[in-house]
Amino acid sequence: MKESLALYDTFPKLLERNAKKYGDRKVAMREKEFGIWQAFTWKEYHDHVKYFSLGLVSLGISRGDKVAIIGDNRPEWVWAEVAAQAAGAVPLGLYQDSTLKEVSYVIDHSDSTFVVAEDQEQVDKILDMKDQLPKVRYVVYTDPRGMRGYRESCLLDFKEVERFGREFEQREPDRYEKNVAAGRWEDLALICYTSGTTGVPKGAMLSFRNLLTMAANLMEVDPKLETDEFVSFLPLAWIGEQMMCLSSALLAGFTVNFPEKPDTVQENIREIGPNIMFSPPRIWENMTSTVQVKIMDASWLKRQMYGWALPIGYEYADTVLRKQKPDPLLLLKHKLGYYLVFRALKDRLGLLRIRSASTGGAALGPDVFKFFNAMGVNLKQIYGQTEISGISCIHREGDINFDSVGKPISDTEIRISETGEILSRSPSVFMGYYKSPEETEKTLADQWLHSGDAGYFTEDGHLVVIDRVKDVMQLKDATRFSPQFIENKLKFSPYIKECVCLGNGREFIASMICIDYPNVGKWAESRRISYTTYTDLAGKPEVHELLEKEVCKVNATLPEGTRIRRFVLLYKELDADDDELTRTRKVRRAFVEERYEHVIEGMFTGATSIPIDAIIKYQDGKTSRIRTTLAIRNL
Amino acid sequence: MTLLRIDDIHLAFGGVKAINGVSIDVGRGRIHAIIGPNGAGKTSVFNCISCVYRPQQGTVTFQDRKITGMLPHQIARLGIARTFQNIALFHHMTVLDNLMLGRHLFLKRGFLAGGIFLGPARAEEIENRKIVEDIIDFLEIENIRKKPVGTLPYGLRKRVELARALSLKPTLLLLDEPMAGMNIEEKEDMARFILDINEEWGVTILLIEHDLGVVMDISHRVSVLDFGVKISEGEPGDVANDPHVIHAYIGEDDDVLRKLEAR
Repeated sequence: MKESLALYDTFPKLLERNAKKYGDRKVAMREKEFGIWQAFTWKEYHDHVKYFSLGLVSLGISRGDKVAIIGDNRPEWVWAEVAAQAAGAVPLGLYQDSTLKEVSYVIDHSDSTFVVAEDQEQVDKILDMKDQLPKVRYVVYTDPRGMRGYRESCLLDFKEVERFGREFEQREPDRYEKNVAAGRWEDLALICYTSGTTGVPKGAMLSFRNLLTMAANLMEVDPKLETDEFVSFLPLAWIGEQMMCLSSALLAGFTVNFPEKPDTVQENIREIGPNIMFSPPRIWENMTSTVQVKIMDASWLKRQMYGWALPIGYEYADTVLRKQKPDPLLLLKHKLGYYLVFRALKDRLGLLRIRSASTGGAALGPDVFKFFNAMGVNLKQIYGQTEISGISCIHREGDINFDSVGKPISDTEIRISETGEILSRSPSVFMGYYKSPEETEKTLADQWLHSGDAGYFTEDGHLVVIDRVKDVMQLKDATRFSPQFIENKLKFSPYIKECVCLGNGREFIASMICIDYPNVGKWAESRRISYTTYTDLAGKPEVHELLEKEVCKVNATLPEGTRIRRFVLLYKELDADDDELTRTRKVRRAFVEERYEHVIEGMFTGATSIPIDAIIKYQDGKTSRIRTTLAIRNL
Repeated sequence: MTLLRIDDIHLAFGGVKAINGVSIDVGRGRIHAIIGPNGAGKTSVFNCISCVYRPQQGTVTFQDRKITGMLPHQIARLGIARTFQNIALFHHMTVLDNLMLGRHLFLKRGFLAGGIFLGPARAEEIENRKIVEDIIDFLEIENIRKKPVGTLPYGLRKRVELARALSLKPTLLLLDEPMAGMNIEEKEDMARFILDINEEWGVTILLIEHDLGVVMDISHRVSVLDFGVKISEGEPGDVANDPHVIHAYIGEDDDVLRKLEAR
């Protein structure tokens, strides 16, 4: 892999190589549309990029211009990105569910002159804020549906831009090749706006060198083959998806598949049967709770089989993970369990062909981790951040440890600072934050990348991440605890969607819990408990009973001093639209603590109930009001 | 230009006069609404158009062709599709199968050719599936494509029924209370779909609807029936202010009155 980087050191050059190498003989991407997987070969991929790029050139894009891209995962998203790079411009991704405010902030801050938006919904967001975005010259949309009534002169159809590109080629036939050849290894390739659990998003500038060395180094320990299938369903604005869909796919030449709709992802994964998968914990957590709920609904026989096989799976996973040889009897039982239960389960989840599955972006609870390993999916933990182009550590094959995030990949140095912070150094460390040198200096002090995560190395060289440095908490009696650790344990319950543990400087730990609406709803239905809304369901005493049992289960696994003593069920789900979560669904702790201050105060002062009168904000700017009372549970 | 002309139709069941001399002209490319209190004869008008009933007097003309007295399947072939007040779908069949069945009218290959599924029969199936998939994409029901209709929530079934009607590729679409029993969000979706069908596919729409807010928002023209007689017709704004309508249709209910005036 690394040899080819000397020759093909940018995405457009790699694309050109692949188009020459595979031509029309190999599928580069598929998109499900009209119920059929529509394939694009490497040649077609290349042509779309070429003409869109020339189209941008004909519209007057110049080197160094910024192109903002927003929308669901579609081939056009990727084409637009590589096309911008080929023209010497810099692409940047926006989360498709961003609110107007977030969209306009990033577009304006990045000085984008072009915006590529998927559909009417996204175009509306930009047009609504148009007068605050003076730098934007053109908005290109890929799906013309519903766009008939729009007369704005800045709007262009994606296909129209490609047509401009074809016309432009007549005039300057070798312009595209020249543009591609002008691309350099050290060029700014991508600005990745980090979701930011604190404050406004920051734009991490990544060069081709950063992105490609990361992909190549990762592939040394976690190889990707050109025959692999990958399903792309996480936001392309996220570095993890960039790493798979662009850097790795271009380098290894595997096929990227785009699902039909966000609602059909699970089904589409099953149809494709991917060989490689990389998802944040949320996806794996969802899968485990789906399995648990479906099993509850299954027939008696199936429930019995599952109940018999799961402990065997756990035992097997534990043995293997302790690097011991399982005894023949266990081996036999596990084989039986595999053919009776796990194989079907894997098939249902679309994981039957998985060779390499990894999780990263946040910590995954050990229980979920164990669950997949028991089933025979060799889930690996990875660690990294946007600022290091994605990944710096990963579990090696056969060397998996629930608590750790594995060992550094090659060319990557990691050390722990005196304060316990994880520092790293590698060719993939970013160039700095766009237009914010002070932040850059802080993050890159002494040539080391400061992660803000607390961690340590085990004796066998594994890195263990404890939590964000500033998130590790201390009770009044000086007991230290990581709220994330407890939260992950809680989230393993199918009835808990999200939770926030509190207790810094307090006498005990309390938790605000968001129930998992579909699962708890199902549970309530099966017990003939009627409810109307989320708020209503979360207020039912029966639901409190249920959740109390779940919390008690978790408490039993925690040391005496760090058990949850009080909890409330929140009246709404934490939502990125309310700024409570980042767009990658991480809790913005400081914000949440501020927003629910009176709930938290109530819990710690020993109130029995808390009156609520709150305003809820929707993506389109609408608001609605909720009035209710929260009951506090003591344990 | 008139696409559908209803000319002085009378319909009686024994002594009950359901329609008593109603005339309505539906312009090509419009969204035309029929409103009126319960029992005003709205659905009977629909049934006269789709030839489920035959009016004792008067004619219905579609594209300058008299259609009164034809059979329902002939009407469908002419390009008139409808949805029903109570959903009329096959509950044990999947969404996709229901829609493919909607195309049945246009399948030319016989039982045998279909069974062997070679050459022309196969090409025909593919062609029709394409049309159906286009509709699935349009109405955003990809995720339920393979689900049996009976397992779907009510709002979605309504949407599937609309899809089934659309699969006939109609020129005129008759919608009988498309939004009955829906929540606000589902109503908003449905209103958007109706507008899109009208504007993007150029389908003329005649609809019966009780939600006056929606009717006033999306229709170009409104006809008001009461006891089988048309008592008013015009632009939504004019109809809303017509004292006849306010009296006959809304009665003395001040609340609804204010709602109408607010528009």
